[in-house]
Amino acid sequence: MQEKLVKIREEALAKLNAADTAEALNEIRLAYLGKKGQLTEVLKGMRDVAPEDRPKVGEWVNSTRKAIEDKLAAVQKEIGEKALEVRLKAETVDVTLPAKLPRIGHRHPNTIALEELERVFIGMGYEVVEGPEVEYDYYNFEALNIPANHPAKDEQDTFYVNDKILLRTQTSPVQVRVMEKKKPPIRIVAPGRVFRADDVDATHSPSFHQVEGLVIDKNITFSDLKGTLAQFARELFGQDTKVKFRPHHFPFTEPSAEMDVSCFKCGGKGCRMCKGSGWIEILGCGMVHPKVLKMSGIDPEEYSGFAFGIGLERITLLKYEIDDMRLLYENDERFLKQF
Amino acid sequence: MNTSYNWIKSYVPGLSAGNQEYFDKMTLSGTKVEGFAPLDKNLEKIVVGHIDKLEPHPNANKLVVCQVDVGTGEPLQIVTGAPNAAEGQTVVVVLDGGKVAGDHDGHLPEEGVSIKAGALRGVPSMGMMCSVEELGFERTYFPEAPENGIYVFPEGSPVKPGDDALAALGLRDTVFEYEITSNRVDCYSVLGIAREAAATFRLPFVPPVVPETGNSEHASDYVSVEIKDSDLCPRYVARVVKNIKFGPSPRWMQERLRASGIRPINNLVDITNYVMEEYGQPMHAFDYDQIAGHKIVVRRASEGEHFVTLDGQERTLDDRMLMICDGEKAIGIAGIMGGENSKITDDVKTMVFESACFDGTNIRLSAKRLGLRTEASGKFEKGLDPENALAAINRACVLVEELGCGEVVGGFVDVYTKKPQSREIPFRPDWINRFLGTEISEETMLSYFPPLELTYDAERRVVKIPSFRQDLEGEADLAEEVARFYGYDNVPTTLPNGEATAGKLPYKQRVEALARDVLEYCGFSQSMNYSFESPKVWDKLRLAADSKLRQAVTILNPLGEDYSIMRTLPLGGMLNSLATNFNRRNKNVRLYELANIYLPKALPLTELPDERMQLCFGAYGDMDFFGMKAVAEEFLRKAGLKGQVEYENTAEYPFLHPGRQAVMQYEGTRIGYLGEVHPATAEAFGIGERTCVAVLDMPAVLPFTNLDNKHYEGLARFPAVSRDLALVMDKSMPVGTVEKMLRQRSGKLLESVELFDVYEGAQVGEGKKSVAYTLVLRAKDRTLDDKDISGVMNKILNGLQQMGIELRS
Repeated sequence: MQEKLVKIREEALAKLNAADTAEALNEIRLAYLGKKGQLTEVLKGMRDVAPEDRPKVGEWVNSTRKAIEDKLAAVQKEIGEKALEVRLKAETVDVTLPAKLPRIGHRHPNTIALEELERVFIGMGYEVVEGPEVEYDYYNFEALNIPANHPAKDEQDTFYVNDKILLRTQTSPVQVRVMEKKKPPIRIVAPGRVFRADDVDATHSPSFHQVEGLVIDKNITFSDLKGTLAQFARELFGQDTKVKFRPHHFPFTEPSAEMDVSCFKCGGKGCRMCKGSGWIEILGCGMVHPKVLKMSGIDPEEYSGFAFGIGLERITLLKYEIDDMRLLYENDERFLKQF
Repeated sequence: MNTSYNWIKSYVPGLSAGNQEYFDKMTLSGTKVEGFAPLDKNLEKIVVGHIDKLEPHPNANKLVVCQVDVGTGEPLQIVTGAPNAAEGQTVVVVLDGGKVAGDHDGHLPEEGVSIKAGALRGVPSMGMMCSVEELGFERTYFPEAPENGIYVFPEGSPVKPGDDALAALGLRDTVFEYEITSNRVDCYSVLGIAREAAATFRLPFVPPVVPETGNSEHASDYVSVEIKDSDLCPRYVARVVKNIKFGPSPRWMQERLRASGIRPINNLVDITNYVMEEYGQPMHAFDYDQIAGHKIVVRRASEGEHFVTLDGQERTLDDRMLMICDGEKAIGIAGIMGGENSKITDDVKTMVFESACFDGTNIRLSAKRLGLRTEASGKFEKGLDPENALAAINRACVLVEELGCGEVVGGFVDVYTKKPQSREIPFRPDWINRFLGTEISEETMLSYFPPLELTYDAERRVVKIPSFRQDLEGEADLAEEVARFYGYDNVPTTLPNGEATAGKLPYKQRVEALARDVLEYCGFSQSMNYSFESPKVWDKLRLAADSKLRQAVTILNPLGEDYSIMRTLPLGGMLNSLATNFNRRNKNVRLYELANIYLPKALPLTELPDERMQLCFGAYGDMDFFGMKAVAEEFLRKAGLKGQVEYENTAEYPFLHPGRQAVMQYEGTRIGYLGEVHPATAEAFGIGERTCVAVLDMPAVLPFTNLDNKHYEGLARFPAVSRDLALVMDKSMPVGTVEKMLRQRSGKLLESVELFDVYEGAQVGEGKKSVAYTLVLRAKDRTLDDKDISGVMNKILNGLQQMGIELRS
């Protein structure tokens, strides 16, 4: 009996050593360990074994079974690893083939620039508000200290719908609408479309966007205006950005200023973008004119404030070095895909 | 405004700043300088020369050989082709290694033209004699220059060989271009800018001295003035000059005019132009002998009156325009242009000088209606200081005497109907400091005022404003004067320190931001189109003649018909943009736009139109109706619309394919539409592929959105049961109605219903279709039993029966 088992074991191990596929392995398993396998046959023969020898024989059978099973597992593992290796090798790809990206659309550069502006101002505690694009003459002009027949009305080349209604030439009317409705403290930015009768060319468009800002509170000073806009410029153009305020005139602010930032391309050394001056004009601003406060129902003795207006397209064109404004309104996908 | 720097310097004697320094400091004190151009740009090594000897060229008969004395002792040999060169002339010579600004034809290369010694047809030439064009100018600015050839100094010019020719010609100067803001009327003049320059550089301001002029007669013996419409003419001053002698104006005057871009004409015209630049006050001269009754009447024109202006054009007037008339007729349009009938001719003996002040708005509007904007009207429309009128005319008379171009009659006629009110502004230095956020001493503030001619009354603590500073109205204006001379740069930078406010994006814009995100990850790029468009778009969109969408806000003064109406639907812009892409052969283009349409509440417009934000998206190429539908639903689902959007096949949109369009409804509200673009519309826009569009009306969508109150509903813990249903129904029946029934009848147990097959063919019969659904049922709290399932299925079977739908066996 022992001899027979030794033989089975040697035979089985030899066959397992030679096996190199999962199928061959399975055949060997059935041939020895299966219901009709050789080892099972041996066990069936146990009844012929003397009862006192049975434990011993049982042990022999078990050890043989274990040896075969262990070997089977080891070979199985080996074959699996080999097969995986072969498969992985076969699956090698050319990593230099083109990438596959799901089709994704692109945001308009104006919107990207606007979202950045909004992010900066929201971070500084400003609420974003909107106002109508078709607007009353009163809000666009009169309430902003631009009375009837003021030359500024001509300068702005207004599109009129009738003598009372027009396409707003600036986002400043939103200032008045906010002041009429809201009690200070007010901190808002109002982005939106504005319209002026300029013929379309590389630097002009009859429709463009502005971002208006307004802060009204007690004790707001011209130095607050400077500090706020300097911080905005650093947030938007980088921490090293310098600002310069030049006196200017707007009917609805006094004092008024234009703000230049140090050129974000050359850092102020002078280049083509800043026309060699090292500075780029970015926005107009000023302390809200007492007359405007009064007309909007805010007491200029109690409150003061500042306002500013940014030309969004100007920022977009500069930021992305776009040399023709018309591109922004053509919507050529090859253009839009660059942002 | 362009002005000679030397002219400014003549009134600010200590001013020695270089061009760049002047540019910077003036800009920072509020007189914005746009740029500057040195008149001697690209002019190097240029001296005065004297042609001692002129001989023919041995090899060329169009050239001559000159010996030119340039002050170095030894004459220079110069070969020239100038037809006007002659012995004894004093000329402009550029030496070897020098540079001129232009070539013979007046082209001005960026780097100029270098001049080197060389030989012309075998004869050495050591330099060049220059023409006006080579110096970089047009000949009309140098009336004494010959029509052709080199510049020759007039006889008696105070120059000698070797002198700096550029200085002699007045070209050692720089022209500054200023951008004067509309509030600073006083700065549209050399004196105004000079006053600002003096204050900026803290130097004395020395305006020209204007002594009394005139003979012993009195102007009022010659002419009378009556202002009938004083509302439009606060002041009219007249003086008289007789025995007029025309001639050229002196060189210094020509040089200053030239720098301002004004061509010298003759002494009288030049004086008028000169004083207009210097004082900012336009003046007009009438031929005294043509003034009937020697009487000037200022009155409004009659409606429809005809008048010939001095340029020979006949103008039709209206009754809002102001006229200068004599005893019988009109002789000029006030502030705009004089009349042909009274203009100064070469034969004039006596003239009346007018220096007046007119209502700026009236002049501006009249000039606009006449289509006649002149140098004078451009000044008057800004609203001039009436005080300046007399000062300017007196200055002009000084120049008349100085230049010897006539005998000034003594005195003046001055009708001054409306003096400007003198204005005072309280001076509160602490308020100014609080307003600016500064700590400037009262003394420092007060030191800024005298150079600006603001006077301080210490007792009453008020600042008196001169008449030429109409822009200074209140304390904020005084604060600005302080700030700009203290220096905006010196004002500290601080941040507002009041109550904190929360920064945020309004909800509406958050939904719009979500729309942008969704559309972009679905492959659509953002476009921007104009708000105005052409009414022709309506025809391209095949809108019916009586369509409500043709009721649009119309612009009175559009840039052209193509920009004349405010859009009532977003498709014109979208289809134009798609067409642009199609024409440029871009494939599979997908665009979206978020922008307003403008729906008038009533026409003509009495109140503002309804501005409705539209999410419009469109595509051609690899996109179809159901792809568009998926994108719309993706946005709506992300925006928090949990219920079912209902689609109804309509034919109400004429610009869409009649069989491929749908209205979108949500809880009974119309929220948008989508469809394939009608082939005729696509063709009208020039898109040669199947194109789909969808429009969501954001104000209609907004109330159903929910970005903030989303919550977790728990993952299913009990098993689901799925049942497939194969149904046979009429081909024309929209599957949406079946789906709706399935949802209603499955009730709360329904987890999902999914259509997985639609089949038409012989097996299901003519006019029929087979539709297969998978229904997934599940309860949250238990495992479903047979009773649950058969309950649902029976209800569904009932429903199918009612709809005449059979189960496919």
